[in-house]
Amino acid sequence: MIQFTNVKKIYESNLTEALYDISFVIEDGEFVFLVGPSGSGKSTILKLLTAEERITSGGILVGDFDLARLKQRQVPYLRRTLGVVFQDFRLIENRTVKGNLEFAMRVVGTGKKVIRERIPYVLDLVGLSEKGDCYPSELSGGEQQRVAIARALVNNPKTIIADEPTGNLDPERSYELMCLLEKINQLGTTMLVVTHERDLVNCFNKRVISIDSGRVISDMENGLYDYETI
Amino acid sequence: MRRFNLGYYIKEGFRSFAAHGFMTFASIAIMASCLIIMGSFTLVALNLEYNLDALMEDNEFLAYVDESYTDEEGAALQSEIEAIDNVAECQYITREEALENYASGLEDSSLYENVPASALRSRFSVRVTDIEQLEETIEEVREVEGIAKISASVDVANGLVTVRNVSVIIALALVVILVIVSFFIISNSIKLATSAREEEIAIMKMVGATNAFVCWPVVVEGILLGGISAVVAALAEWGIYRLIRSAINVYTHVQLISIIPIRTLAFPMCAIFLGIGLFVGVVGSLITIRKYLKV
Repeated sequence: MIQFTNVKKIYESNLTEALYDISFVIEDGEFVFLVGPSGSGKSTILKLLTAEERITSGGILVGDFDLARLKQRQVPYLRRTLGVVFQDFRLIENRTVKGNLEFAMRVVGTGKKVIRERIPYVLDLVGLSEKGDCYPSELSGGEQQRVAIARALVNNPKTIIADEPTGNLDPERSYELMCLLEKINQLGTTMLVVTHERDLVNCFNKRVISIDSGRVISDMENGLYDYETI
Repeated sequence: MRRFNLGYYIKEGFRSFAAHGFMTFASIAIMASCLIIMGSFTLVALNLEYNLDALMEDNEFLAYVDESYTDEEGAALQSEIEAIDNVAECQYITREEALENYASGLEDSSLYENVPASALRSRFSVRVTDIEQLEETIEEVREVEGIAKISASVDVANGLVTVRNVSVIIALALVVILVIVSFFIISNSIKLATSAREEEIAIMKMVGATNAFVCWPVVVEGILLGGISAVVAALAEWGIYRLIRSAINVYTHVQLISIIPIRTLAFPMCAIFLGIGLFVGVVGSLITIRKYLKV
């Protein structure tokens, strides 16, 4: 479960107020779109979730972690419960697809035997069983994003946070990728997808949290990307 | 959760070392060059000190015995002079021996054939252990009952001491400056190598790597960089030193300059190179990577 309670965030460097009194709850197993224009506070929410930034006031719970009281040495363990997918994929270019996944598993101390069993399963799930030995530069944008999703998934996190995952993909690949995220969600992983893609959001009929100027302006089950408001 | 995974850290350290080909080469070349320059200055200073010490060892002064003393009475003062601290050696020279020595040093010694030995005074040739205490020792010898006069080149001795002390200070200052310069140059080289994998470190941190997990391969890489640079520098220094030594031995017919044998210096030189190489390699890497850990 992810719970934001009256969260306020002011960046101390330039005293910018990024979030005002944000509150919402995402239950385990939910699929949620977080939408809003540039500068609305979406990125700040993601940075707070991954403890890249700390809240100014209020409270955030991510599973068993209370982020208001989280010690720096606990941050790696928080992040192991989250899988993050970026718009620009962020794959390691000099490692193969399998190498990228193995690297992510090694980082959290997974043993070789588990790595050998887990990687083929995850590659099959994202439809890249045949591409394990390819380097990222040999893959299309859609395939690279699938590798990024596989990497986010490989350590079996409770939640996947996808930051504009379709930003670099054409509409057809974007739809396929969203279907993949939906499939992973149906297997039990909580999904938080930050996106600008109105058509895509409206296609999937999921819960939509809309943010603007650092405030939640709507939070609707089976919602739509609200053209009037955003 | 797994235990401390040393094998993985070493493997990753080697992988990273090999993966950053040009930067690795540049770092080793820079670090080895700094070590060679530093080592060369130190070796020059050590040899200078070695030669000055040899010159200073020859330093001695003469203590003249009162004219009223017989040769036997004069010789009896030897034990008293030898008892003084800092006196390394004391040799009694009779009037006859003094005249003989004086005459033998001249081209035409016949001029002195008719000079009686009584025209000279018997004397002690005194050699000191520590030339820096020459003046104090002269005063103590002067206090001995029966010693009438002292003849010593105090200014020369003081000059030699000053030259040695100044050369040691200059060498030390240069070594300190070069250590600092190498530290910054190497830190900068590693910074360039590290910025190339900033993305890799960011990914590691994002999937939940601890700082220790990120740092250990960098430590291994620093050890490799520092260790290899030290070995390269030691081999180059050894070659340069041998060349210079053989050149000096060939061109100086009279042995004016003595060179310390490399065998005497090899072990401390290698140990110091390795120590500095490892310290700069590891600490430089860690300082550089520190900023990437705050993700």
